Amino acid sequence: MQGDGVDRIPILKLGEALLVTIQVDMHDQLAQALEEDLTTAIVKHGARGVLIDISALEVVDSFIGRMLDTIAAVSRMLDADTVVVGMRPAVAITLVELGLSLNGVKTALNVDRGMALIQPHTWRSDDDEDGD
Amino acid sequence: MAQPARQAVSKLLSGHESEILAEWQRRLKDDGALKGGRLKETELNAQCASFLRLVRKAFEGGAVDADSEQFAETLQMLGDLSSSRAAQGFSPRETAIFVFSLKQPLFEALERHGGADATAKMQVSWSIGELLDRFGLFTIEAFQKRREELIVRQEREISELSTPVIKLWDGILALPLIGTLDSQRTGVVMENLLESIVAQSAEIAIIDITGVPTVDTLTAQHLLKTVSAARLMGADCIISGIRPQIAQTMVHLGVELTVVSKASLADAFALALARRGRTVTRVRKPESPAAQA
Repeated sequence: MQGDGVDRIPILKLGEALLVTIQVDMHDQLAQALEEDLTTAIVKHGARGVLIDISALEVVDSFIGRMLDTIAAVSRMLDADTVVVGMRPAVAITLVELGLSLNGVKTALNVDRGMALIQPHTWRSDDDEDGD
Repeated sequence: MAQPARQAVSKLLSGHESEILAEWQRRLKDDGALKGGRLKETELNAQCASFLRLVRKAFEGGAVDADSEQFAETLQMLGDLSSSRAAQGFSPRETAIFVFSLKQPLFEALERHGGADATAKMQVSWSIGELLDRFGLFTIEAFQKRREELIVRQEREISELSTPVIKLWDGILALPLIGTLDSQRTGVVMENLLESIVAQSAEIAIIDITGVPTVDTLTAQHLLKTVSAARLMGADCIISGIRPQIAQTMVHLGVELTVVSKASLADAFALALARRGRTVTRVRKPESPAAQA
């Protein structure tokens, strides 16, 4: 259960965005490790956006909800947008009932649309460089 | 029921069944059992005859009181009768009178054929009264049960009917709400909407509350919950159809809807189309086939 690399959630770099796919049940330690890894990765890659795919997540609690909020706050501080994608209906209802409406977080139905939400920022810098 | 009384009732029933039956049917008809044409005369006669026959058979089989297993068939018959009467729209009184109106004919038959012993006759009439009261109560109970089932079913049907999610356009859903929003219904509405958002991969959901009669703080809270849940899944919500009085009430109550709201569903749809980068325009009238010829 120690953070020896096996029990960590992989963070993939996609252009100027980072993609995190949560495929396993989140326990508190894992969530904390993810928060740390993600912060480091944003700085390291200079990422402009973070996509968190939680389509495989079936159970949430207030801790996970708060973790999403914290990640969003940290990313914002490092100038990266956070987009939570693929939330299941049951999870959404639970979060609302818990009073966590994740106001600082952008949401999208799937990864495609999530990327589209982040793209304008990454492309804008491209456009500037191209001078089109 | 005491042994002699039981025998007397049994004798009375088997000896004078047709006489009792005729009198009972006459009384039922006088009471208006056939009024309104919900029940045919032959049907009523058959029901009376089969009830008397079942009671007689139960006594011949050695039934002691209304709880005896010999009466199982009788109770079954009464249960079916109540259910069908409830479905046909009879009132509880009209249903129960079927059993209670048998008392008088039985008492009269007892008076005529019950012999001279007044104490014994009183004993028998008491037993008959008790038995028929039990049957009557059972009838009412069965009637009530049937009505309750009906109400539960209708409730479920209403809640299913009143929460449709309609696809207006690619990625645009509409949810016309009708009726009062309580917590239970909001739950169903929310689930339906979220499932549809996933199924249609919708980006915009229009919640139309034209059919919601009153919006209080609780209803507003339910609405906002639905909107938040949809947002968490990546869909935007637009609320439409807030009637003028409701808008005033909401403002007076201090209820604030922190969502985009439009006066009518059409306005909301136009906004949704615009957000999806689409517009509605008038096309030129196509040339009529007559002009081409």
